[in-house]
Amino acid sequence: MREYPDDPEAADVRSLLETLYELAGADFRAYAYSSVKRRMLVQVGRENTGTIAGLEKLVRHDPATRDRLITTLTIHVTAMFRDPAFYRALREELVPMARTYPFIRLWVAGCSTGEEVYSLAILLQEEGLYSRCRIYATDLNERVVQKARHGIFPLSAMQEYTRNYQRAGGTRSFAEYYTADSEFAILRPALRENVVFAVHNLVGDASFNEFHAIFCRNVMIYFNRSLQDRVHGLLYDSLMTYGYLGLGRSETIRFTPHAADYEEVSAREKLFRKIR
Amino acid sequence: MIVMGGSLGSMAALRLCVQDLPTSFSLPIAVALHRHRESDDALVSLLQRELALAVREVLDKDPLLAGHVHVAPCDYHLLVEPMYFSLSTDDPVQFARPSIDVLFESAASTFGPRAIGVILTGANRDGAHGAREIRRRGGTVIVQDPTTAECDVMPLAAIEAVPDALVRPPQEIGRLLCALANPTPS
Ligand SMILES: C[S@@+](CC[C@H](N)C(=O)[O-])C[C@H]1O[C@@H](n2cnc3c(N)ncnc32)[C@H](O)[C@@H]1O
Repeated sequence: MREYPDDPEAADVRSLLETLYELAGADFRAYAYSSVKRRMLVQVGRENTGTIAGLEKLVRHDPATRDRLITTLTIHVTAMFRDPAFYRALREELVPMARTYPFIRLWVAGCSTGEEVYSLAILLQEEGLYSRCRIYATDLNERVVQKARHGIFPLSAMQEYTRNYQRAGGTRSFAEYYTADSEFAILRPALRENVVFAVHNLVGDASFNEFHAIFCRNVMIYFNRSLQDRVHGLLYDSLMTYGYLGLGRSETIRFTPHAADYEEVSAREKLFRKIR
Repeated sequence: MIVMGGSLGSMAALRLCVQDLPTSFSLPIAVALHRHRESDDALVSLLQRELALAVREVLDKDPLLAGHVHVAPCDYHLLVEPMYFSLSTDDPVQFARPSIDVLFESAASTFGPRAIGVILTGANRDGAHGAREIRRRGGTVIVQDPTTAECDVMPLAAIEAVPDALVRPPQEIGRLLCALANPTPS
């Protein structure tokens, strides 16, 4: 591959990505190269194929290996009230705007197992807005969307989430929001009353609504720059004017063609507002 | 491309390494330091106060800038592409995120012989594998002299992994980096 003159494995990486696309329709071709390669090498170790080329040979003939590789290539790490200050910014910025509308549509793109979605639902409920909201929660991966729909998380995570919740400006007792089993925390089903969970691929699927706010946090970091540009186009088209865009703590719109279409509401928390 | 790694205690050593580099320094520098995952950006402003080079906490897809010190944000892995950085929230590696191995391995694979890895003082073996990758691809590995290290576990592991690493006290690493960045034509 031309862009990676110093990487003798670049051709093998490219070839395996093409094979995945051809045989499974899974399109990781424009994902951030170094991250994808790293995940491939993790799978080379797990499947004991020695090389990336060896892994490709296996993937060609064995659909189960193919599925396992696709799982390894997507990263689902998430948490409730991850980056508490982000949620404080939402209370200060998004909530007052939302109050002025009779009905609000929000989109969590790349929702993984749903922790972020339930955090939003809790925040909106505490602000008295939830009954007027519909949250669309989507992810590429069917399995994580299914998990998100269930809203059952490891009880062991609740201590951290409680702390996050409090630092995010939560005012109640976090334990009100779930029922504890010996192993799991089962979130109150009322929290997903106004959530629509669905599979949606940011690479290729079209815009499906116009939203007051879109959250796409820690998803596009796995894309290369040109794919980021494309997906930013999709998000831009799906956001109403003066709608909010929330990105992950270490993301920016500076490098995308849409940079000038947003104003920075919170530079620190990566909260932007579409101004044209 | 220069990549550097150490644990939080390596701040002082890091400063010694880069404080004498001129603002015209011709290579980008990327740093992964182990630190608490909720630590703020004090580290960046602290470093900036003492250095002539520009210090930045990396945002995803930031370009690799010559003469800049790019610091991995806490709780993200830092990886290099030919023109820019990428971040990942992939699981911690050996309990570390950012992981020095992840940064070094990506530098080895992207820059091959043009990668220079520097291992500073640190309390675990993170970085040893990445340093070996850099060397295997023909790059250069520099390790802080373990006798000058606050904690020698990381330098010793790196030297074990790369027996021909250049072992130097931190004050000398800066000069070495200058020489490697601007080799005099033979
Ligand atoms: C690291 S998680 C981020 C979860 C959550 N937004 C957060 O910040 O905690 C990234 C998610 O993006 C999803 N994803 C990756 N590529 C995608 C695509 N092309 N379309 C939709 N979702 C995608 C992955 O399946 C994964 O669940």
